[in-house]
Amino acid sequence: MNSFKDKLPPMGTLGPLIALVLACVFFASQSDRFLSTQNFSLILAQVMVVGVIAIGQTLIILTAGIDLSCGMVMALGGIVMTKFAADYGLSTPVAMACGLLVTTAFGYLNGVLVTRIKLPPFIVTLGTLNIAFAITQLYSGSQTVTDIPAGMNWLANTFTFGGATVSYGVVMMLGLYVFTWFALRETAAGRHVYAVGNSPEATRLTGIPTEKVLLWVYVLAGLCYGLAAMLGVARTGAGDPNAGQTENLDAITAVVLGGTSLFGGRGVVLGTLVGALIVGVFRNGLTLMGVSSVYQILVTGILVILAVATDQLSRKGAR
Amino acid sequence: MSGTQHNIVMQAKGLVKRYGQVTALDGADFELRAGEILAVIGDNGAGKSSLIKCLSGATVPDEGMISLDGSLIHFKSPIDARRAGIETVYQDLAVAPAMSIAENLFLGREIRRPGFAGHVLRMLDKKRMLQESIERMNDLKVGIRSMTQAVETLSGGQRQCVAVSRAAAFAQHVVIMDEPTAALGVKEGNMVLELIRRVRDKGLPVVLISHNMPHVFEIADRIHVARLGKRAAVLNPKNISMSDTVAVMTGAMKPEDIPAECLA
Repeated sequence: MNSFKDKLPPMGTLGPLIALVLACVFFASQSDRFLSTQNFSLILAQVMVVGVIAIGQTLIILTAGIDLSCGMVMALGGIVMTKFAADYGLSTPVAMACGLLVTTAFGYLNGVLVTRIKLPPFIVTLGTLNIAFAITQLYSGSQTVTDIPAGMNWLANTFTFGGATVSYGVVMMLGLYVFTWFALRETAAGRHVYAVGNSPEATRLTGIPTEKVLLWVYVLAGLCYGLAAMLGVARTGAGDPNAGQTENLDAITAVVLGGTSLFGGRGVVLGTLVGALIVGVFRNGLTLMGVSSVYQILVTGILVILAVATDQLSRKGAR
Repeated sequence: MSGTQHNIVMQAKGLVKRYGQVTALDGADFELRAGEILAVIGDNGAGKSSLIKCLSGATVPDEGMISLDGSLIHFKSPIDARRAGIETVYQDLAVAPAMSIAENLFLGREIRRPGFAGHVLRMLDKKRMLQESIERMNDLKVGIRSMTQAVETLSGGQRQCVAVSRAAAFAQHVVIMDEPTAALGVKEGNMVLELIRRVRDKGLPVVLISHNMPHVFEIADRIHVARLGKRAAVLNPKNISMSDTVAVMTGAMKPEDIPAECLA
C-alpha cells in the first residue's frame, strides 16, 4: 500500500548525514579556516578516540543497554599500557595486550552483571564507571605517565593521502567501522544483536542464546575501549589518568546522533561514525569561531536531547 | 487414515506437574492424530497451559510419559522440542518488530552462503533466505507483498500470520498454537484461522489452545477439554453444541453423561 515509502531509506540513516552537511555548511560560512584539508585531517584525528569508543557503545545500545563506563575503562586501559611499559619494561605489544585485556575484562564484568545477575545496564555501568575511575587514579597516583616507549606513538604517525595528512589511527578507526558494519549486517551473529535489542523474549523463543549474545556484546565493547586507549595514548604520547572524561558522554552522544535508537534494535554503526563527526565538527567549528568550551558542552547537550526527541517522535509516528 | 485406526502423532499419558502445593496436572492424557486440528480448551487453572508447556518443552513433567511418532521423548527445553520437529506459536511475543519478514522467518536458523564467503566470512545468504521466504509464504497463500518490509509495518493479523508461517515452515511433526487469535479483531482473526486450516491441509497436525469458542468450533476437528488437571473428554464439534461443551468444561455436565456420538 505504501511501496514508495518502503523504498526510501528510513530517516534514521539519512538524517544524521544531512545534519553533518548542514553543520559543515554553517561553520564554513562562519570561518574561512574551516573548509581546508588540514582542518578536516585535524577533525578526524580529534574524532578517532571517541569514534572507536562509540563502536562499542553502539553494540551495547543496539541491545537496548547503555555503557556509562566506556571512557573511564578506556582511561584505565591507557594507564595500564603505559605504566606496564614504563614501570616493568614490558615491550610495546605486550604492554598494549595487557591494556586490552584489562578493558575487555571490564566489559566481561559488565556483561556478567547484566546477564547473570540481571542488573540494569545503567546501574551496572554507573558502578563500573566509578570503579574504573578509582583504580585509574590509585594505580597512577593521579600522575601522567610520560616515559613511554616510542612504539606506542606509532598509531599517531601520519602519511599523506590526496593532500591530507592521515594518521594510522584514523585508518584503524575507519577499518573497525567497516568491519563492524559488515559483521552487524551480513552475519547471523550481527543480526542476533539486533534481534536481542528488538525483542529479547521473541529472540529467546527462537532458540537464540540471548544471554550469550549480550555477554559477547559487552566483551567486544570492552575490547573497543582498549583499542581506543591505544589511540588515545598514541595521540597524547602519554598515559593520562584524566582521559576519557569528555569521551565518556561524547561516545553516547555520537551513537544517538548517528540515529541508533536508545530503545534498542535499530541503528547502523556507520551512523555512529557520522554522529562522532558531528560532535567533532561542532567542537572544531565552535573553537574556530572562538566560542568557549563551556558553550561547546552546552551545544552537545542540546544536540543529544534533539536527537533522542527525534528518535522518540519518529517511533510514535511509525506505530 | 484408514477406518477407525488413526495414526497417532503425539501422545501423553498420566502427566503430573506440581508447583509447590498446587497440582497443575493430575494424570492428564493427550492424543494428537495425523492431519487434524485439535483444540485444547479449559477454564483457568484446568491444566491447559501446563499441558501445553509439557508438550512444547517449556516445562518438564514430574511424572508421566510423552511420545512423538511412537518413540518416547524427554524435552528439557523448547529448543529440544524444536529439534524434534515441534514448533510453537505464542500469543504476541513471537516476532522482532524492526526486522524484516524474511529475517524473522529465518531468525535463529539463518542460512549462510556457500564457499569462502559463508565459511570464512560467515556471510548470510540473504538472497536465498528471501527467495525461500517468498516460496513458503506463497505456499500458505499469505498475501504479503514484500518480504523485506519490517514486521512492525504489518497489521496484528499479518504479524501473527508471519509467526504461524514460520512455525509451519520449520515444523516437521507438530505445530502448537497458544491463543493465536486472542489479540486480534474479527477480520484479522479469520485471516489467521484460514491460515491455520491451510497448515493442516498441508499435512501438519495442529494443537490449538483457545478461549474463543466460535473459533474453536469453526476450525477444530476434535476438542480436548481439560478440567481439574485431567482430560475430561475429547468432543466432536460436529455433534455437540457450544453450550454443552462449556458445560463439560465447567463441570456442569459429567463426562459420563455425554452422549456417545458427541465424543471423538
